[in-house]
Amino acid sequence: MSWSHELWRAIEGTVLIFSGVAVLAAMFGVLLERKISGWMQSRLGPKHVGPQGLLQTIADTIKLLQKENIVPRNADATIFASAVLVVPLAALLDYVVIPFGTTRFGPLIFRDLNIGVLYFAATSSLVVVGILMAGWGSNNKYALVGGLRSASQMVSYEIPMGLALITVALLAGSLSTVKIVAAQARWWYAVEQPLAFLIFLTAAVAEVNRVPFDLVEAESELVAGYFSEYTGMRFALFQLGEYGEMFAMAAMAVTLFLGGWRGPVLPPVLWFVIKLYALIFVFIWVRWTYPRFRIDQLLNFAWKVLIPVGLANLVATAFFVMVVRR
Amino acid sequence: MTGEAIAFYALAAVILVSGLVVVSSPNIVHSAVALVPAFLGITGIYILLGAEFVAGIQVLIYAGAITVLLLFVIMLTEGGTGLRLQQRNEQGPVGASVAVAIAVLLIAGVTHTTWGRGAGTLPAYTPGAIGQSFLGTNLLAFEGTSIVLLVSLIGAVIIARKEE
Repeated sequence: MSWSHELWRAIEGTVLIFSGVAVLAAMFGVLLERKISGWMQSRLGPKHVGPQGLLQTIADTIKLLQKENIVPRNADATIFASAVLVVPLAALLDYVVIPFGTTRFGPLIFRDLNIGVLYFAATSSLVVVGILMAGWGSNNKYALVGGLRSASQMVSYEIPMGLALITVALLAGSLSTVKIVAAQARWWYAVEQPLAFLIFLTAAVAEVNRVPFDLVEAESELVAGYFSEYTGMRFALFQLGEYGEMFAMAAMAVTLFLGGWRGPVLPPVLWFVIKLYALIFVFIWVRWTYPRFRIDQLLNFAWKVLIPVGLANLVATAFFVMVVRR
Repeated sequence: MTGEAIAFYALAAVILVSGLVVVSSPNIVHSAVALVPAFLGITGIYILLGAEFVAGIQVLIYAGAITVLLLFVIMLTEGGTGLRLQQRNEQGPVGASVAVAIAVLLIAGVTHTTWGRGAGTLPAYTPGAIGQSFLGTNLLAFEGTSIVLLVSLIGAVIIARKEE
């Protein structure tokens, strides 16, 4: 395959990921979030724009596009502006290794990297750089505290997430996401590795800064945390990054633990979407059910519960793979 | 020019420009942030060389963790601004001449060496081979390094908790 063809494919993939997967999924995610939270709180949620409020997010996005871009006078303009690019970009990079389904021509994936799981861990760890940049560049104490909290939180929760990823890779004998899905032909890894699944889900909720781990943007203490000073489309891009990351985490959980696109009768892509939205529902459900942790509880939970349990689980799995299965 | 060469020069330009920002920016936070594109450019070079595993680790450790650590330290120590921290001083000309001398040496060294081609082909799946060599032939060095890391980790905790 010639390099110009490769380059063209990369550009194509970027446009497709950005417009199709992420923007649409993120917009729909915002709508779902509002509808489900309304349902849980006995409200109606958005209802007036379009049938049953279906077009509400589109209207909101158009509204945000028209808003003025404000840069605070003492903000660091370069960092303030470039942070907006880092967060959604890092979130969108995750989608490269996610297999959405399978067709007659092979799995539906942008690139079946042989280091897929590692790639996912690496790109999702880049989000925190953008958040720190936004928090510092705004020159606002709430934003800075939000950014610092986010850094300590995301660095802490990357470790249990990595341990869960390694456990699955160990069982499947590969880091490639397609091979991990293929290895789940008999059992989903959620059945074989319930502990790793729980650790991954918890760490995923923490990585995307959602309740009960949303100290980063705790409204009652920090206004909106690291993006307090952002307006208009820049604000919308942070939202896009956040929801894009949430969908990427859910899609990775489906791939690693829920058998990916596998399922009877229905076409594979549909199975993938069903599982994806089931997990998204769980994320939203958790958000509107639990109160927020304190920062010390949050860090203690990561370092004193999740990491030891994850390590023990990893050692037990390694023992199983090397001794029992042989 | 092949695509590989174009990619190499593009990546090299990214690395050099951001490296220049790292050493010349008067604002230390800008320097720390400019490390990210430099690290990502190096990742691209690893990918060009077919070392995918090393590339993944490069992003995870350097771009994702080391940069965050640097930013974190700057923000925690200098009242959150980092503006009073300067990494420049008056000895610019001296530093520049040393840099030029090193550059000349390096260029001379690289151009005068006859580079041998490696034997054999690259394995398709490098992570497995890396793991085998860590836990096989290089086990002693690997374990030694891990003990050094563990000791420094414990030392850092002890220093950080001195007040109790």
